[in-house]
Amino acid sequence: MSVDQKMDSGRRQLLVATSAAGGVAAVATAVPFVASLTPSERAKAAGAPVEADIGKLAPGEMMTVEWRGKPVWILRRTPEMLASLEKTEGLVSDPASDKQMQPEYAKNKHRSVNPEYLVAVGICTHLGCSPTDKFKVGAESGMGAEWPGGFLCPCHGSQFDLAGRVYKSMPAPDNLEIPPYKFLADTKLLIGDDGKA
Amino acid sequence: MSIRVIKTLKRLAAVVLFAPAIVLASGAELHLDKAPVSTEPAALQNGAKVFVNYCLNCHSASFARYNTLQQIGLDEQQIRDNLMFTGERVGDLMRVAMKPAESKTWFGATPPDLTLIARQRASEFGSGADWLYTYLRQFYRDPARPTGWNNVIFANVGMPHALWQLQGEQIAKVSEHEDGTKSIELELAKPGKMSVEEYDKTVADLVSFLVWMGEPVAEKRKTIGIVVLIFLAGLFVLSYALKKNYWKDIH
Amino acid sequence: MTTKSQELVHWIDARFPLTSTWKAHLSEYYAPKNFNFWYFFGSLALLVLVIQIVTGIFLVMHYKPDAALNASGVPVAFASVEYIMREVPGGWLIRYLHSTGASAFFIVVYLHMFRGLLYGSYRKPRELIWIFGTLIFLALMAEAFMGYLLPWGQMSFWGAQVIVNLFSAIPVIGPDLSLIIRGDFVVSDATLNRFFSFHVIAVPLVLIGLVVAHIVALHEVGSNNPDGVEIKKKKDANGLPLDGIPFHPYYTVKDIAGVVGFLIFFSAIVFFAPEGGGYFLEYNNFIPADPLKTPPHIAPVWYFTPFYSILRAVTYPLFGVDAKFWGVVAMGASVVIIAFLPWLDRSPVKSIRYKGGLFKAILAVFLVAFFILGYLGVLPPTPGRTLLAQICSVLYFGFFLLMPWYSKLDKCKPEPERVTFK
Repeated sequence: MSVDQKMDSGRRQLLVATSAAGGVAAVATAVPFVASLTPSERAKAAGAPVEADIGKLAPGEMMTVEWRGKPVWILRRTPEMLASLEKTEGLVSDPASDKQMQPEYAKNKHRSVNPEYLVAVGICTHLGCSPTDKFKVGAESGMGAEWPGGFLCPCHGSQFDLAGRVYKSMPAPDNLEIPPYKFLADTKLLIGDDGKA
Repeated sequence: MSIRVIKTLKRLAAVVLFAPAIVLASGAELHLDKAPVSTEPAALQNGAKVFVNYCLNCHSASFARYNTLQQIGLDEQQIRDNLMFTGERVGDLMRVAMKPAESKTWFGATPPDLTLIARQRASEFGSGADWLYTYLRQFYRDPARPTGWNNVIFANVGMPHALWQLQGEQIAKVSEHEDGTKSIELELAKPGKMSVEEYDKTVADLVSFLVWMGEPVAEKRKTIGIVVLIFLAGLFVLSYALKKNYWKDIH
Repeated sequence: MTTKSQELVHWIDARFPLTSTWKAHLSEYYAPKNFNFWYFFGSLALLVLVIQIVTGIFLVMHYKPDAALNASGVPVAFASVEYIMREVPGGWLIRYLHSTGASAFFIVVYLHMFRGLLYGSYRKPRELIWIFGTLIFLALMAEAFMGYLLPWGQMSFWGAQVIVNLFSAIPVIGPDLSLIIRGDFVVSDATLNRFFSFHVIAVPLVLIGLVVAHIVALHEVGSNNPDGVEIKKKKDANGLPLDGIPFHPYYTVKDIAGVVGFLIFFSAIVFFAPEGGGYFLEYNNFIPADPLKTPPHIAPVWYFTPFYSILRAVTYPLFGVDAKFWGVVAMGASVVIIAFLPWLDRSPVKSIRYKGGLFKAILAVFLVAFFILGYLGVLPPTPGRTLLAQICSVLYFGFFLLMPWYSKLDKCKPEPERVTFK
């Protein structure tokens, strides 16, 4: 920069010290600006956990609640529905839920805390459409005689079983996402918060 | 010639400098008591309790969320149990059920939102806290008003004395002075549930809470400010030394 | 042997005037060596411009220019500002930086302009720098006025209502002009949105362009100095001014210290007194705008008050046209007249250091009158105050209009050949 290359050590020290302090000031100044880009209280409140009352849910019925702008399904599975999961074991691409699409407590055959209730985000893992329920077994559901019951995504045809596991060779790559959730009582769920930090 | 001109100008300057003192005296005076504002969690929590029980029925605090009260030392459960009565969620804004059109019919004016009241009521006569502290202690019985209440510093206010059960009932004694001005003295005709000291402390807590609610980040702002100023002082010493070092070449 | 970074610079230089610009405007721009305290305010003005732009960019991410009422009955624009203050992480700081920055901008710019008055910085050949500066001042006033509407508080709304109504006083085109400015019959959502557009992008672009022109014009002729002596008149064997020093590193390092000093005062206000005693963030503006309720006392923000006083001082109609109109004319003239200083000042010397007692006395009277006008502007008018405002307005204009005579009459001292350090 300057023609004169020999800068005395005092000047160099001062330059380094001032530049370092100035750098600290610059970073400290950047902090509130970057922080302002993170979710605000309003966004956090809107994304807050949602309570769901499942007291009136009959076996075989499904209800939908909204959490963080997404549909979350709560399906009360009948014993037959749970039994169908054995049949689909060999038909789905990730039967043991190895890929982390669910919290630890849902990494099991029924992909839930309580086998009777499936709690899943109702968004196809392909490109984001919401699959339709095809709970009726066999040809009645229009899915063929072998259909054990599950979900069909109308956009590109991906199929999921009654634990939200995606069938093999589907456009969708992954099982349906299981959100964090916990039981507040036998008939009350809290979606979005499982009490684990 | 120039000396005379300078003298004239000096006289003119004198007039211009002193005239303002005569002319700039302000208008109607407002005498406000100094509010003992506290930032202690205990005071703020008491103030929050009074606010939710006596004020939030008619007034909203629509810029504040219930969970902001965690900043004054309450946890979510305490907020839910003690301060929320109508089934909102703790992340909700402190709105009020009464519709503005209804309240206007009932009270003549919509009760204003109170989130920022402490910032709004500041003036050359005192801080917003001073105004609120004075206002809440200077209601008196006035049969001529539809609510039966009037206030010394807010003549013909549409608000009844929401805290009358705590303070009791004051009456006003108006005295005329020789120069035509009037002054109002208040006398406690019927005592309330609290003594004068207890009531004043309760109002002080409520006002402290309103001050806090106006700008919850105030304490944090000042703390950061101290750190910033100390850092900048140090940076100034360094940058000034750097300047002096370079300017040795010049001087 | 060239290093990699030196090679990169050569590559750029072959395609872009990087090094030549650096030299012409920094390392080989020779500025007088006797700059004093008054010479900090140009770089500080540039700093505040940057602060306003950066904080403004982040505020716009969360602010909503919408006058409609939300579910709580509060205008969305007002509520969005409280949202920034309470709910956006760090939002309160960004807001206070921007509101304090607006007032700081005017403090710095007024001091910067005053330096020009002191040292004759507007004299030939620097008239164009001064004209660009006056245009910057006008643009800044427009920017601040429109920005102040955005929080949509009581003062925002009614201040805008009063000022826009003033334009309706202009004969023939007035009422239509007011309609076009407002986009409605009263200040409303339409006004808010167009002021938002102007404040966020249109006027800032104009400001940036004018600032660039201002600095380019300055560098073309070189800076003045407290002695008013042209340093280019005395050059050394290399053709460099004897009393000049390269701007970089000497004034870059001095201005850095100046910036830090300024930031200390600035931060003290931001962190400890952001309301500025009710002058930087007015108390009334914490009340949402209510078109049905006029506050008892409407005053413009402090930095407009001297000019507002001049506007109110005109109380006589002329030629069949309302006093209101002539007030607007007087207010406009009071700003535009600043641009004429290069031709009004006929003194043989530039700097106040070599001017006589007459000029100094008149400048002192001008300053006092300006401050009194400013103070009167925050107060409601009374007959006594109006008279005082009229006297001070005459003094204000007298400073400029009589200058061709008193600057000649003034007994000055001889200017030195070389700069001095006082």
